[in-house]
Amino acid sequence: MRKIVTSVIAGIGLALACGTSVRAQDKELTIFWAEWDPANYLQELVNDYTAETGVKVTVQTTPWPDFQTKAFTEFNAHGDAYDMVVGDSQWLGAGSTQGHYVDLTDFFNQHKLNDVMAPATIKYYAEYPGGSGKYWAIPLEGDAIGWSYRKDWFEDPKEKEAFKAKYGYDLAVPTTYAQLRDIAEFFHRPDQKRYGVAIYTDNSYDAMAMGVESAIFSYGGDLGDYATYKVDGITNSKEAAAGLDMYKQLYKFTPPGWGKTFFVEDNQAITGGLAAMSMNFFAFFPPLVNKATNPYADVTGFFANPAGPDGKRFAALGGQGISVVSYSKSKDEAMKFLEWFIKDETQKKWAELGGYTCSQAVLKSDAFQNATPYNKAFYDTMFMVKDFWATPEYAEVLDQLNQNIYPFVVGGKGTAQEALDKTAADWKATFTKYNRYK
Amino acid sequence: MASVALTNLDPASRAAARGWSDLTIRNLFIIPTLVFLIVFNIFPLIYSLGYSFTNFAANRSEPWQFVGLQNYRELLSDDHIWSNFVITAKYVIVSVAGQMVVGFGLALLLNRSFPMKGLITTLLLLPMMMSAAVVGLFWQLLYSPSWGPINYVFGLGDFAWLSNPDSALYAVAITDIWMWSPFVMLLSLAGLSAVPQHLYEAAAIDRAGWWYTFTRITLPLVSPILLIALIFRTMEAFKTFDIAYTMTTQPTAELIAIRLYKQAFQQWDTGKSCALAYIVLIMVLAITNLYVKYLNKVKER
Repeated sequence: MRKIVTSVIAGIGLALACGTSVRAQDKELTIFWAEWDPANYLQELVNDYTAETGVKVTVQTTPWPDFQTKAFTEFNAHGDAYDMVVGDSQWLGAGSTQGHYVDLTDFFNQHKLNDVMAPATIKYYAEYPGGSGKYWAIPLEGDAIGWSYRKDWFEDPKEKEAFKAKYGYDLAVPTTYAQLRDIAEFFHRPDQKRYGVAIYTDNSYDAMAMGVESAIFSYGGDLGDYATYKVDGITNSKEAAAGLDMYKQLYKFTPPGWGKTFFVEDNQAITGGLAAMSMNFFAFFPPLVNKATNPYADVTGFFANPAGPDGKRFAALGGQGISVVSYSKSKDEAMKFLEWFIKDETQKKWAELGGYTCSQAVLKSDAFQNATPYNKAFYDTMFMVKDFWATPEYAEVLDQLNQNIYPFVVGGKGTAQEALDKTAADWKATFTKYNRYK
Repeated sequence: MASVALTNLDPASRAAARGWSDLTIRNLFIIPTLVFLIVFNIFPLIYSLGYSFTNFAANRSEPWQFVGLQNYRELLSDDHIWSNFVITAKYVIVSVAGQMVVGFGLALLLNRSFPMKGLITTLLLLPMMMSAAVVGLFWQLLYSPSWGPINYVFGLGDFAWLSNPDSALYAVAITDIWMWSPFVMLLSLAGLSAVPQHLYEAAAIDRAGWWYTFTRITLPLVSPILLIALIFRTMEAFKTFDIAYTMTTQPTAELIAIRLYKQAFQQWDTGKSCALAYIVLIMVLAITNLYVKYLNKVKER
């Protein structure tokens, strides 16, 4: 009898032990992001979390063009397929006001993230509305527009001599848009299949808008007053028009057929030996320093966005914050994951893997700035970034900008001023429709 | 023994012997079809019609409001939308006309005996079996001014087909012609093979020329099936999305289907996009009805 009782107790104990183990393994979190290298780095990072806690974390990805549609389709259905999403900064308005994101203000204040993360990343990846002190995401992947260039072309003595003779100053990494334009013109030699510059022109999402706004901001222009939604005289200011006009001038020196290009093509402009300089988000630079993917890796250099005529220097912000989806059934588990993610050692590991940490301490460290040929330029850029409208109707606003500037830049129709006047009128009508001028 | 006896009966009697009436068998086929039709076609159609009179946005949690005809009014007075319709009309005319000419021409060439006719016909049919998105990406490469073979073959240098606002739409139309001419060819071949041979023999005896035979015998007898091809291709061209979306982002090639997609799934303006879908539907129905009326007249001749 004693044997039977002992066996039963042992059996129950074993079953409970197995049950506990199974339950620990059953805990799962799904993070949704776009399909690119940083998502692979994140998967590598979260494997450590699984090893520490037994909670399986999967980074689910989808190609960039489908990212927004797929995420919002799931949000709108109040689906729980994703526990967290690494959403674009422009989604903050829609994500917060439409109830898709969990309010992380308490979490933010409790962990004093305002002191931990770079100021620009908090402003653009986490807070909505601007200046409200309400936070909806934790800055995860910092990113911004930067430039790669062919060091060997720039350092060739014959080229240097010819450039100096033509433009009257030394050929070097451009510090102003005017110099960037001169250098693009100088190296633009279609008969040799060499071109001056590669810029973003795709208008199906935000590629072209990011390139154009970098120029507009640096020329002293703005897209509008994000607090009051005022656009008249701001969106279509003379400074903004000058910035857009500069972008149009740069388009003249792109390789032929450069009318639907984004990050893939702009990297190909360097890997294919096509262009002297190429614009891209920093997150797309890793293949350019890899000899397996870039035959010119040894002679590829990087620089931050140049200044406008008055010395103002800005770059369009990319990157994303991570938000907890309000329809998730594992919100508490997701919060525990975020607590792990913001730890200093996790942020350090994130940067080592290739992710662009937003932690000020890691960004400032020599280890980070010397880790790659472009990390220093990235560090400089992250303190001069500006973003697009993050208002809930940003998709409509983005489409209107695309519709107005694309025919000017790529099609050569009208003037910069006309394109921006039309944009200001369209945006005013849209913001009026959504009662933003209360 | 019973099964042997059953197999000797006709299908209806066999079913009756099993206890299935004609009505049961008919219902077995019709009821699932009806359910499918109601659930996946009629219900969404009515539901979206309802939405088209509201300000419903699928990405907002706030309740929607009934706005009457406001969506329709705004759309029909929007210059951008009219511009999309004009672009679509241009595209339909160029693309469908091209497909009819190329498709029917190919059918005339194939409607005779020559070596490897079967293989050549099969090869010609391949384009329409491909995915439209893949075809779009493939032609994007063909048009590339840097490494695409089209400019090389025709000596066009750096001409940028898809970046040029004046040529982008026609470049997409040429791709659509390449992809769908085989469909017209297939239907035309069926029509050509149905023309009674004795008519051609009689014409030959009367020493009728090729043009006379073509315009008085071939074309009138094939025209009903050509009109059917025309109806199908017009409807499809009007709805073209994938090829154009993958090939170019030129606003001058923004077809109405692309505008509809942007309105519905990028801007989440659900109510208005439903209204736009209905405007497109009404236009397609109107055009199709015109064709069908003409088709009936042709048949009566």
